[in-house]
Amino acid sequence: MKKGKFVLIASVLIAVFAFSQAFAAPVEIHWWHAMRSARGEVVKKMVEEFNASQTKYVVIETNKGNYDETVNAGVAAIRANKQPHILQSFEVGTQTMMLSGAIYPVYQLMKDNGYDVDWSDYLQPVLSYYMDADGNLMSMPFNSSTPVMYYNVDLFKKAGLAPLSKEKPVTWEELGDMLKLIVDSGVPGGMVTAWQSWTQIENYSAIHNIPFASKANGYQGLDCELLINNDKVVGHITRLKDWMSDKRFFYGGQKYQGPKAEFIAQNAAVYIDSISGIAKLKKAVKDFTWDVAPLPVEAWMKEPQNSIIGGASNWVLKGHKKEEYAGVAAFLEFLATPAMQEYWHMETGYFPITKSAYRSLKAKGYYDKQPYQEVGIQQMTRRDPTEISRGLRLGYFIQIRNIINEELEMVWNDTKSPQAAMDDAVKRGNEQLRQFEKIYQ
Amino acid sequence: MIKRSIFSNRILPYLLILPQVLVTLTFFYWPALQGLYQALMRSDPFGLHNRFIWFENFIDLFKDPLYLKSIAITLMFSAAVAAVSISFGLFIAAMANRALRCKAVIRTLLIWPYAVAPAISGILWLFLLHPSYGIVALAIKKWFGADWNPVLRGSDAMIMVIMASAWKQISYNFVFFMAGLQAVPHSLIEAAVMDGASPFRRFWAITFPLLSPTLFFVTVMNLIYSFFETFGVIHTVTQGGPGGATNILVYKVYQDGFIGLNLGSSSAQSIVLMSLIVVITLLQFKYVERKVHYAI
Repeated sequence: MKKGKFVLIASVLIAVFAFSQAFAAPVEIHWWHAMRSARGEVVKKMVEEFNASQTKYVVIETNKGNYDETVNAGVAAIRANKQPHILQSFEVGTQTMMLSGAIYPVYQLMKDNGYDVDWSDYLQPVLSYYMDADGNLMSMPFNSSTPVMYYNVDLFKKAGLAPLSKEKPVTWEELGDMLKLIVDSGVPGGMVTAWQSWTQIENYSAIHNIPFASKANGYQGLDCELLINNDKVVGHITRLKDWMSDKRFFYGGQKYQGPKAEFIAQNAAVYIDSISGIAKLKKAVKDFTWDVAPLPVEAWMKEPQNSIIGGASNWVLKGHKKEEYAGVAAFLEFLATPAMQEYWHMETGYFPITKSAYRSLKAKGYYDKQPYQEVGIQQMTRRDPTEISRGLRLGYFIQIRNIINEELEMVWNDTKSPQAAMDDAVKRGNEQLRQFEKIYQ
Repeated sequence: MIKRSIFSNRILPYLLILPQVLVTLTFFYWPALQGLYQALMRSDPFGLHNRFIWFENFIDLFKDPLYLKSIAITLMFSAAVAAVSISFGLFIAAMANRALRCKAVIRTLLIWPYAVAPAISGILWLFLLHPSYGIVALAIKKWFGADWNPVLRGSDAMIMVIMASAWKQISYNFVFFMAGLQAVPHSLIEAAVMDGASPFRRFWAITFPLLSPTLFFVTVMNLIYSFFETFGVIHTVTQGGPGGATNILVYKVYQDGFIGLNLGSSSAQSIVLMSLIVVITLLQFKYVERKVHYAI
C-alpha cells in the first residue's frame, strides 16, 4: 500500500518534471566567436542580457580562439555537419564565406523572419564591406574599426608644432615637414605604422578613391586583377622609402607590437594603427600625452573619401531548423539595438554599427569626454562610400595581404624598388586570384 | 646461441600487434592518404566545391620561384641549426665530461633547456633580440652601435631563428654525446696518454670515431627537428618574414593551409615536405652510415 503510493507520487513528479522540461526548454543557438579577454567578457555580458530578456531562446557563446582558429573551427564543423548557427569571421575572409554555399544571407534571414530592418540607419562604410554587388547584406557587421593616426603631443610641442585637428586631415607633405622638425628636435624616428598593407595601401587607396583591384575591387566578379602598382600608390611607397633615409619613417614590423612599442618608448612621434588601439595605449602610456588625428591625405585630394574598416562580422550558417533561425534573427536584432551598440562601443572602442546609436551617444555627451573615439567614426563616415571606397572583395585575400607585406619589406630593406615591388605584388596576387577563381568555375 | 620464444598459436601474434597497427593506421596512414587525396584536388575550404585536378597543385608549386626559394631556405636553415647545435652540444659534452666537481649539477643544468617548448624558446629569444623591445638588441645598439634589425633584414632574422632553434637542441645533443662519451673505454684513452698524445689528438683520433654512431643518430634527429619542430620558433619570432626570408617549408604549409585556407596547395606542400625528409634520411643511411663504427 505504502509502496504503491510512493510509486504513484514519484511517477507523477517525473511526468510533471519531464513535461515542464519539454515545454520550457528554450531553443539553443550557438555562436562561435573570436573575442577573448576583455572583449570576450563584453560579449558574454551581451549574451547574458539577451538570454535574460526573453525565455524562448538561449544563446550559447563559445570562444574558438583567434580569428584564424575560429574560421578553421567553422570549416571543420561545416565539413562534419555540426556547424553553429552563427560564426564570426574576419573581414579578409568575406569572399570565401560569401561563396562558400554554407551561409544564410543575413538580409534574407531578417526578411524571412519578419524583421523590417532600416539598413539606411547603419553606418554605410561598415555595411558596404559585407554586401554583395546588388547591395544585399550577407553578414551582420559585429566589430569594426578603421585606422587613424596617433601622435605624441609632447614631442610635437617640443618641435614647436601645434596639436593636429581632429576633423581636418593634414596632407602627407605637411606631415613630412612636421616629421622633419620632429627628427631634427632629437627624436630617434618620425613615423611608424602597424598593419602596413591595411593602413598604407588598402586605406590609402580607399581614401583617395583609387581602385585597389579591377571589377570595382572585386565586387563585380572573380576575374578581377590587382591594380596597386599605379603611380599614386607607388608614389606613396616611394615617399615612405625616402623618409626612411632621414628617419622620418622606419619599419617596426608587420603587425602592431613592434610599432606600438616604438611609439610608447617615444622612439616615434607618429603611429598609424586601428582606432581600437585606444584602449591599449590608454593602459600602456604613462609618461606623455598623445592624441588622435585622421589619416593624412594627398594635397590634390580635395574631398577625401571614407576610410575602410577592419574587424569581423557574424555569418549565419545553413542547415538548422526554422524556429532556431527565428532565434538567430531575434538575437542579431538585439545586438543591433542602440543600448547594446553603445555598450559595445564604450567598452571595446569598436564602432557602433547604427547611426542612431552614434547620435544617442553624442547627445549624451560621450564624445566630449572621449574625443578620441569620434575621430575614427568621422573619418569613416565623412562621405558616402563609392564603388571603390566601399571595401575589398578578393579571394585568397589573406595570401594577398601576406604578399603585399613581403614585397613592402623588400622595399624597406633595399632589395627592390617600390615600382618593382608593387609590380611583383600585383603579379603574385593575380596568380592567387586566378587560383581562387578556378575553384568556383 | 640465441634463445627464441616460439608461439604455437598462429593468431596470437597478430592480435598482440593489432593495437599498434590500428593506432598507426588511424593516426598516420589515414591522414597521410587524406593529405595525398587533398593534394590532387582543388577545393574550397568547406569542401563544397571539389574538383580532381591530378598534379596541378604540384606543378603550380614547382613553377613558383618563391616555393623553390623556400626549399633553399629550409635546407640552409636546417643545415645551420644541425651544425650549430651538434658542434656546441659536442663541445659542451666534452667539457662537462672533464669537469671534476659538481658533475651532476652541471649536467642537469645543461639538460634543462631541452624541456623548453620551441614556441617558448622563440618568445624568449624575441624578448632578447627584438629591435624595439629586446634587451640585448637595445644594449648592443646603445653600447656598440651595432645595426641589428631582424624585423627589417632577412639575414639578421635568419640568424635569430637559427639561434633560437639551435639553443634548445644543444641540450638534446648534449645528453646523447654525454652518454656516448661515457661509453668510451678508459683503457684506450690511458694508452694514448702513455703514447704521449695531446688531449686534442686523443679526442680526434679516439673519442670522435667512437662517437660516430651517436653523431649519426643526432644528425638525423636534428635535421628532422629543424624541418618540422622549429615551426613554433618561426611562428613566434618572424612569421616567415621579413620578405619571406625565414619562410621554411613547414611554416608555408601552415600559412597556406591553416591561415590562407588553400588546402590543395597546402596538402601538396606537405607531401613534398614528407618526400624531402624521407629522401634526406635515406641518403644519410646510404652514404653516411657506412662511415659509422657501431662496435668498439
